[in-house]
Amino acid sequence: MNETIPVSTALPKEACASCALARNARLIKLGVEIEGWDYLVALAGNPNTGKSTVFNALTGLRQHTGNWPGKTVTRAEGGFLYEGRRYKLVDLPGTYSLLSTSVDEEVARDFILFGQPTVTVVVVDATRLERNLNLVLQILEITDRVVVCLNLIDEAERHGLKIDERALARSLGVPVIPTVARKGQGVPELLAAISDVASGAYVTRPHRIRSLDPQVTRTVDRLAAEIEATFPGLPNTRWVAMRLLEGDERIAEAIRRRELGDLSRGERVEPVQERLALEAAR
Amino acid sequence: MDQQTLNSLKPGQRAVIKALHAQGLERRRLMDLGLLPGTVVMAELVSPLGDPTAYLVRGTLVALRQEQSRRIAIEPVLEEER
Repeated sequence: MNETIPVSTALPKEACASCALARNARLIKLGVEIEGWDYLVALAGNPNTGKSTVFNALTGLRQHTGNWPGKTVTRAEGGFLYEGRRYKLVDLPGTYSLLSTSVDEEVARDFILFGQPTVTVVVVDATRLERNLNLVLQILEITDRVVVCLNLIDEAERHGLKIDERALARSLGVPVIPTVARKGQGVPELLAAISDVASGAYVTRPHRIRSLDPQVTRTVDRLAAEIEATFPGLPNTRWVAMRLLEGDERIAEAIRRRELGDLSRGERVEPVQERLALEAAR
Repeated sequence: MDQQTLNSLKPGQRAVIKALHAQGLERRRLMDLGLLPGTVVMAELVSPLGDPTAYLVRGTLVALRQEQSRRIAIEPVLEEER
């Protein structure tokens, strides 16, 4: 049980120069200066896991944080400079799932699926890991470049929970970084992991479900090809095809209205805000 | 024996989910909230009019309307079994 397993496949030669603590000295918080970024990083996670706190720790911004779900209804953006690379960070509304979504959850879903982030950081609540892993697994189905930020680790310890993050990283196939974002604990390691996954220095092997029926696979492939032909350049066409086969009305409607193509260019933020206002007025 | 549904659970009582009789997106939503066959749930808070009711599911409170909770088949957990 106590064997040590190296998590990173990219172990540094000069430990000191590249250890997370030394690397943290190379973080420059850029606030809202996000012109000309090299890497696009999405912050996803269940509601109320501390995404906005992580966002503030990395950008130096003071995006409103609060202990209630549904606080971030539209995305917030900020930037930071780390080891000479400019990162644009997008803080998304909390979501339990990519499959069944409310209007504010759609903002998150659309960005993760079609915004083509270089890295998606999934912030999970260490005290409610079981519930949070649902979203992690769904995100691992659609993208390779994921870092799991195991936040609120101090609260978990207070509840007597001990999480074997190395075993978790092994099972999920992506880096798992324990953090207490409120105190900045684990932030240097998180930055190092984001940087390693973004540059490809850390090659992830995401956990995937592979028990699809051959007939389903064929149908999905055929439908995905048609979607690709209708919306050239749209990522995750297989995911869209599966939603259509499942009878997801919202996705079907987005295709009928030819909105899907806009999603990948981030042109649908306005309509979502309008719809939120409409819902609130009801 | 008639199958009992979640809406009949009294505050403080526990039950194991046996089946979801909801369809489509509603079924998906319930599953995303952690309500799957085999999950232990406890009725925790009932609003004054009895609807909705909050259930403790995997460490989080989830409020469900009667129209949702009566589509969830359960088997009560008897106290002596615990």
